[in-house]
Amino acid sequence: MRRWLRYPLLTLALLGLWLLLNESVSPGAFLLGGMLALGGAGAFAALTPPRPRVRRLAAVLRLLRDVLVEVVRSNNAVARIILQPGRAQGRRSGFVLIPLDMKNPYGLAALTCILTATPGTVWVDYDAARSTFLLHVLDLIDEEAWVRIVKDKWERRLMEIFE
Amino acid sequence: MTHAADLPLWAAVLVSLLLLVGSGLALIGSIGLLRLRSFYDRIHAPTLGTTLGIGCVLLASMAFFSVLQTRFVLHEILIAVFMVITTPVTLMLLARAALYRDRSEGSTEVPTLPVDAAQNERPGV
Repeated sequence: MRRWLRYPLLTLALLGLWLLLNESVSPGAFLLGGMLALGGAGAFAALTPPRPRVRRLAAVLRLLRDVLVEVVRSNNAVARIILQPGRAQGRRSGFVLIPLDMKNPYGLAALTCILTATPGTVWVDYDAARSTFLLHVLDLIDEEAWVRIVKDKWERRLMEIFE
Repeated sequence: MTHAADLPLWAAVLVSLLLLVGSGLALIGSIGLLRLRSFYDRIHAPTLGTTLGIGCVLLASMAFFSVLQTRFVLHEILIAVFMVITTPVTLMLLARAALYRDRSEGSTEVPTLPVDAAQNERPGV
């Protein structure tokens, strides 16, 4: 039984997902959703992933807010680049190799989601041995600046949450 | 059955605005896909539609059905969550495939494999 309850957050998230999908909080939906959630979490535990530790829920909420702001801002920026080809003459896109201190797989997955969800940056390749990743930036002005943005704005805060 | 005509004016304006912004972003993304030059540039364009674009459409859907059915309709949140989690997977597959091809063709546009650099640094390897 302990195997099934080793990931309480995942179990709760799966139950919430089921209730949202059904748009119902009836006892039947709870029962079936609870069973499915326990089964899903059990199957996940069978993969023996590293144990996730999510700390500082307030930091998670602050991070989500900043991600939303950044998504809106970068959508605007990329839309401008596409719609104003004249101004794009001086624009340069390119790759940036960014060294990471974070090794936690959940933190890395979250960083990938954040960087992909903000248009203008795409996570291309990750080198686990050297702990670096390759980022492609649509509007690359200064490579050093991008390293700083990724490390200070996202990596440091993800490390606070996951490590 | 739901009828769009039953929607109060303020909600109709809000929903239409959100739909216009969302579909506009998807359109701009598609134009970008057509117009930007290199593959790596083009890969950025559709993310307009998969982030704020889909977000606006989902918000419009939530507002529309919440007002019409006078209860909160929230399962659109799930679509947003699944979009955020799955988009990086396909984007990375595409980008890494392109990178692999360009590297094996010896293109100067892409950075060289870090492993090669590591081997060059160590004498005798």
